[in-house]
Amino acid sequence: MSATYIRTEAIEQAVAAARTLSRPLLIKGEPGTGKTELALDVARQAGLKLHQWHVKSTTRAQQGLYEYDAVSRLRDSQLGDERVKDISNYIVKGVLWEAFEADEPSVVLIDEIDKADIEFPNDLLQELDRMSFDVYETKQTISAKHRPLVIITSNNEKELPDAFLRRCFFHYIEFPDRETLERIVHVHQPNIKKDLLNAALTVFFDLRELPGLKKKPSTSEVLDWLKLLVADDIPAELLGAEDLRTVLPKMHGALLKNEQDVHLFERLVFLHRQRSRGK
Amino acid sequence: MLLDFFLSLRRANIPVTLPEHLSLLQAMAAGIGTGSLSNFYTIARVCLVKDESYYDRFDRTFGAYWEGRELQFDRLMDEVPDEWLTRQKNREFSDEEKAAIEALGGWDAIMETLAKRLDEQDEAHHGGSKWIGTGGTSPFGHSGYNPEGVRIGGKSQHRRATKVWHERRYKDLDSDLELGTRNFKMALRKLRKMAKSDRQDKLDLEHTIRSTAHKGGLLDIHMTGERRNAVKVLLLIDVGGSMDWYAQLTSQLFTAAKTEFGRLEQFYFHNFIYEGVWRSNSRRHTERVSIDELQRTYSRDHRLILVGDASMSPYEIMVAGGSVEHWNEEPGYVWAQRLLEAFPHCTWLNPEPEERWPYTQSIGMVQKLMDNRMHALSVAGIQAAIEELKKPRVASTWE
Repeated sequence: MSATYIRTEAIEQAVAAARTLSRPLLIKGEPGTGKTELALDVARQAGLKLHQWHVKSTTRAQQGLYEYDAVSRLRDSQLGDERVKDISNYIVKGVLWEAFEADEPSVVLIDEIDKADIEFPNDLLQELDRMSFDVYETKQTISAKHRPLVIITSNNEKELPDAFLRRCFFHYIEFPDRETLERIVHVHQPNIKKDLLNAALTVFFDLRELPGLKKKPSTSEVLDWLKLLVADDIPAELLGAEDLRTVLPKMHGALLKNEQDVHLFERLVFLHRQRSRGK
Repeated sequence: MLLDFFLSLRRANIPVTLPEHLSLLQAMAAGIGTGSLSNFYTIARVCLVKDESYYDRFDRTFGAYWEGRELQFDRLMDEVPDEWLTRQKNREFSDEEKAAIEALGGWDAIMETLAKRLDEQDEAHHGGSKWIGTGGTSPFGHSGYNPEGVRIGGKSQHRRATKVWHERRYKDLDSDLELGTRNFKMALRKLRKMAKSDRQDKLDLEHTIRSTAHKGGLLDIHMTGERRNAVKVLLLIDVGGSMDWYAQLTSQLFTAAKTEFGRLEQFYFHNFIYEGVWRSNSRRHTERVSIDELQRTYSRDHRLILVGDASMSPYEIMVAGGSVEHWNEEPGYVWAQRLLEAFPHCTWLNPEPEERWPYTQSIGMVQKLMDNRMHALSVAGIQAAIEELKKPRVASTWE
């Protein structure tokens, strides 16, 4: 992705509040509206180091702090390795540890927190609140030298616990309106022809309005699509023209990710043709 | 005053807590969101609302509370300690600016011009250009200087902001909204939760190895819970007339969640429960399943979910022969009671908006019959219904 990210005023304020009060900022929104991009952009704009923690369904909170590699210690003890005497040899630092330890302020991105177990956010409450944690194995306490700005994204797959929510600031990225979307497109595709952009966005917004779409195409999808359109140098007239069907397979894969939606789209294409024929 | 606002949010059933209110105050103390009501709106939402399904309710409450209190907000901001409002200090005028104000013909004239200017700019705003916050060069933009507290910049910004919370853009996200394609997925997720069991009966191999290694080779066994699809669901859907759309929707919803249930059986009825129900609408008159048969076939631990608008003539419930389709020997409520006795875990989902319930007599009657276990067919309603179904009911043979 290119270097700029269009922030709305509301996002700006939410980020400012989170930074000033050093509270975690929770970002929700439709998939593809740029939740992760926002964190990358905040770090880039402020010139801060970004620590990313991508959460999976198997991720445990402890992994963000540190892990104790008991299995290799067991193996080393069988082999009579000297390292086995010092437990700290088997402590593996996690993302939060590294951020806490950093000599300058940083940004921590906890991506897709809802993927993890339902208890995951609760397990991080204290650590995010006090920005410090204990390492039981070595009886150390790690506290943040500079409280990092924590940005958390969620796709709403699981509900987050209230106690966790209370400690966060919250912002919901809504799908951009046409004007904002045009600005976003211009950042990514500065050379796009105006008539192509107009025609494409009309199709795109019609598509989003379609009732019954399984997965509405989002900002990231429209950007991919436009990239294809520009790369193939498809003229704007083709988007509403007779031979649309011949161009269709080349591009709709970027917008629509399942078969049923493709069928719906074909119907829309058909309607478009009818309409232009009626004119 | 801000506390009043906080309380009004709580009255609107938005789950805000004191720590969140305090963090809002902290943010304002740091100078965020004090500039104007629209800034305040954004920051208050960031601090207080933690779920987009409350955005719409927040917008409405915010609008209702601050309507007509814009000046009070400005005054409030004037009262707060200086360090809260470092930005406001910058608004103090130089002597030249004050002279410029005089040059425009004194206060009254300014107000008149201002009114005109505001009108013009409002139109320009509709055109889509963003003029707010650029007024710094105009003498009007700085009128915070006036002791009456009329602040043009603030006012106009507020106008824009009013529009924001009056637009009610987040209406679709309100979980109290009736079920539609938009929030179908959320409802499905809630439904899936019903199927979770937390019995610990599976060997956690990884944890066991880790923990055994941890203890230097002494075997330490750990168990874990397994996702089990143990829930059995008996779904009875009202069909006919206005219910058809909802019948289809509910049927889809439950079918989509089918893999999560141990068993899902679907039947239809019309308006109310009588002697029998049917499986297929096209053969409703030939292939009926009697309530007795339902009782015999399905065990007590089936969760019974009835879906219907419960809007009918009271006779259809209370009187023998009241059914609109056939002559029923026994009144509908007797059959309903039998069904409820047979399946103690029971709930009724009603697609009618909840606020209209009091106006339909039969809904009240069904609600009473159901022992208040009727919920709206919305995401929030489905959640409440599921909570209901999870609760242990009476001393029954249930598990």
